[in-house]
Amino acid sequence: MTLAFVRGACEFVVGDDWPTALGIVLALAATSLIAAFDVAAWWLTPFAALALLRWSLLRRARSLLR
Amino acid sequence: MSSAQLSLVVSVFLASAVEAVEALTIVLAVGVTRRWSSALLGAGVGLVALALLTVILGPALVLLPIAALRLLVGALLLLFGLQWLRKAILRAAGLLARHDELAAFTRESRSAEAISLRAEGFDGYSFAVALKGVLLEGIEVIFIVLTFGSSQHRVTLAALSALASVLVVTAIGVAARAPLARVPENAMKFVVGVLLTSFGTFWGVEGAGASWPGGEGALPVLVLAIGSCSLALVGELRHRSARIAARVA
Repeated sequence: MTLAFVRGACEFVVGDDWPTALGIVLALAATSLIAAFDVAAWWLTPFAALALLRWSLLRRARSLLR
Repeated sequence: MSSAQLSLVVSVFLASAVEAVEALTIVLAVGVTRRWSSALLGAGVGLVALALLTVILGPALVLLPIAALRLLVGALLLLFGLQWLRKAILRAAGLLARHDELAAFTRESRSAEAISLRAEGFDGYSFAVALKGVLLEGIEVIFIVLTFGSSQHRVTLAALSALASVLVVTAIGVAARAPLARVPENAMKFVVGVLLTSFGTFWGVEGAGASWPGGEGALPVLVLAIGSCSLALVGELRHRSARIAARVA
């Protein structure tokens, strides 16, 4: 039951696009790492989010148009 | 009211309206075709369960340290917002069918009519379908209320905004006695997707330990940038699909 709940929660938040979710987690981790060295890191996540969104859309569009 | 609080109220209100319209269609369909009393009881039980979830989880989330909370909430909102935005962009580009409340109402009514109905008394089908519809649509609203509300320590404000939205949609639905097909649901989903993604990005970056140039002033810029890029992506997808259609023809 716990496993089913975790799976359901993951599906709810991540949806059917795990590569984008993984990319967001990595972008936030990289932001945290860069910020720890006192270097401006605010730009990384928004750029990564938009790039991942475009990549995800193009993949989905390709499969829909096939 | 600060710009962040105003954005919270608007985002939660719009997201709740979208989900409330969908839940209302389901309750209307089983109420009209089967039994109103059981459908309304199911919807009421669903609403109470959602309220309890907010009351239990809301204060628990606020207990987390603010940086950890913003990182967690930011990441969740960003992931969730990108899902909404992706679907909204695909719909706006004509690659996915737009959500149609009249079609959903007809589909739900046909399923309800196909099941036999006792002459009187409690109707388990109406109760279960209305309860499931309200719970499933409402859980997204609760997620948005809790994430938005807890990161600004304003869960009550977010919950009140959601409640106001549900009341407005219900009042219009009761007055119209029909599914709210004229609500610009797809456009609202697009706006909510942009807002969720922008807030998720803002809080996620802050929670990760980075600072925004201009502090909270960066938020409207982020909303504008993500909104403009999303519109540009709609244009790009339309152009690509038209090119492919022309090649096939």
